[in-house]
Amino acid sequence: MSAQMVTANRLQDGIVVYLAQDGKWATQFESGELLADKEAAEAALAVAEESVKACQVLSVYLIDVETENGKPKPTSTREHIRASGQPTVRAEVGSWTGRIGD
Amino acid sequence: MYRYDEFDATFVRERVRQFRGQVERRLAGEITEDQFRPLRLQNGVYLQLHAYMLRVAIPYGTLSSRQLRKLGYIARRYDRGFGHFTTRQNIQYNWPQLDEIPAILDHLAEVEMHAIQTSGNCIRNVTADHYAGVAVDEIEDPRVYAEIIRQWSTLHPEFAFLPRKFKIAVTGAPTDRAAIRVHDIGLRMLKNESDEVGFEVWVGGGLGRTPVVGVPIRSFLPKQHLLSYLESILRVYNQLGRRDNLYKARIKILVTATGTEEFTRLVEEEWQSIKDSALTLPQEEIDRIQTYFAPPAYESLPDWQPEFEAARKANPEFGRWVQSNVKPHKVPGYAIVDVSLKPEGGAPGDASGDQMDIVADLADEYSFGEIRVTHHQNLVLANVRKQDLFALWQRLSASKMATANVGFITDMIACPGLDYCNLANARSIPVAQRISRHFSDPKRIADIGELRLNISGCINACGHHHVGHIGILGVDKQGEEFYQITLGGSSRDDASVGKIVGPSFSTEDVVGAIETIVDTYLDKRASSDERFIDTYRRIGIDPFKESLYGNSKARRPAAE
Repeated sequence: MSAQMVTANRLQDGIVVYLAQDGKWATQFESGELLADKEAAEAALAVAEESVKACQVLSVYLIDVETENGKPKPTSTREHIRASGQPTVRAEVGSWTGRIGD
Repeated sequence: MYRYDEFDATFVRERVRQFRGQVERRLAGEITEDQFRPLRLQNGVYLQLHAYMLRVAIPYGTLSSRQLRKLGYIARRYDRGFGHFTTRQNIQYNWPQLDEIPAILDHLAEVEMHAIQTSGNCIRNVTADHYAGVAVDEIEDPRVYAEIIRQWSTLHPEFAFLPRKFKIAVTGAPTDRAAIRVHDIGLRMLKNESDEVGFEVWVGGGLGRTPVVGVPIRSFLPKQHLLSYLESILRVYNQLGRRDNLYKARIKILVTATGTEEFTRLVEEEWQSIKDSALTLPQEEIDRIQTYFAPPAYESLPDWQPEFEAARKANPEFGRWVQSNVKPHKVPGYAIVDVSLKPEGGAPGDASGDQMDIVADLADEYSFGEIRVTHHQNLVLANVRKQDLFALWQRLSASKMATANVGFITDMIACPGLDYCNLANARSIPVAQRISRHFSDPKRIADIGELRLNISGCINACGHHHVGHIGILGVDKQGEEFYQITLGGSSRDDASVGKIVGPSFSTEDVVGAIETIVDTYLDKRASSDERFIDTYRRIGIDPFKESLYGNSKARRPAAE
């Protein structure tokens, strides 16, 4: 079995998050805890479900993770795009400087 | 255009208040996601790949400049500076925060807009011909009836939980610009032998997993019976449509399974019982709604505008734009302008908040303050004096909204695809961008002529790939994005579902495959006037297969 990671969306703003080793949710994929086996994955999912009950996140699930050049990365294209935090197509989104004021 | 009365305004405000309470209870943990999900969907809020998505209704695709400015403001204040115009003539925001959505809905209510029934198994935003009220061939403005249908279908208690979503389109002209044959119900206005205006009624069209061209079930429906007949169709569907299988729940499956004749009989039988009920439309009510869509105060102008004609000749770039993006208007001296949201390398249908402001300003200056959204994901300024076209073109050019490509290969419909959508298997927008760069020569795309290329990132077909002359469907093959190509689709009067040309192409190869298809067409067309779709229908799919895959099976990519 490949390594896995728990992901979800933050309830308040929907932003993609990953479950870190300390049980907190991180917006950076790199901060997510790598889960080497089924037991670790199940334990992490149990922690995540508590966050669901606490109204921190929704849509919790496991993703497959592989290692490339010593760095973890999501296996699927879908999760790779999610982890990047933005679509692959709008350079402006990356340079977006923030919302206007009221 | 239609303006809210006191009832409408109160209803929308009340709905925002309700949703604000629901969001607060969700964030406070008083309701679960399972309880909240149907509530948020009924208010247009999805959870997508990166964040929440809010879909805002633009009834029959008509906007005032004030409304478009508000949409631009929301893009900048609550989102990431842009929005995405959809094939349902709506707009989607890709990054709203859940806790701020009630505030967004408040802003929308200020300008008589909302997000109600933009999702869920109900009657969705009613679409109409984007040239409504100005097309040369129009019988009557279809927006009058689209508005009547909107009022009837909004929170209709009997149809709030249909087996599946339900889409209605209306055209007031013989030429179908509203894709009525691929809607759950399509309505086409026409005159009978007594010169009375009514509707031809089509049902059971749709795209998605099972693409079907609808069938006509009534050749002439008098206007006063519009709602009772629609109600009859919906009742038959609501009662007999499948609820056990999501993929077989649309009315197209019911019509196919029941048979057109039997389905029609069931509708007519139901109709007999409600035909002359309270649903009968009084002429005074039609007249009342009609006043909202009264023509603007056109000037009396000669149709021949020498300065405009001279500018066309003197400036080839302007001339090309006029050729592709400007359409004849029913009033002499005026023209319809398609504002292309398909710049080279752009994401089809995307517009920045600033671009929305600019179009709103241009609408005020040149087009009586009104804008249309097309199901091809462009905007329209429907009432422009010919003498203003050159100045308008210059302003649009400066904002990258004057690409001379409307109806051409780079005027693609594309869904958000895997860059945004939770359901997608593959990306659509990068393929659209590469095609638009590959076919960037304006003279070449004009030479290729009318060619509809539509791209969907999954079988749900939000990018209408089945009805593109060339359709591209993104598929996932063992974790890699591949693209299946269909040929011969159309969403117009000659509606048809495209045929799969052969095994799918890799991301690297798909643009080359499109080039091969275009080259084959150019080589085989009978004359430069023969459109791609006509050549395809004349010669069939085999020459395209041969060009793409060769004769030898050994040269073909592995079968799927």
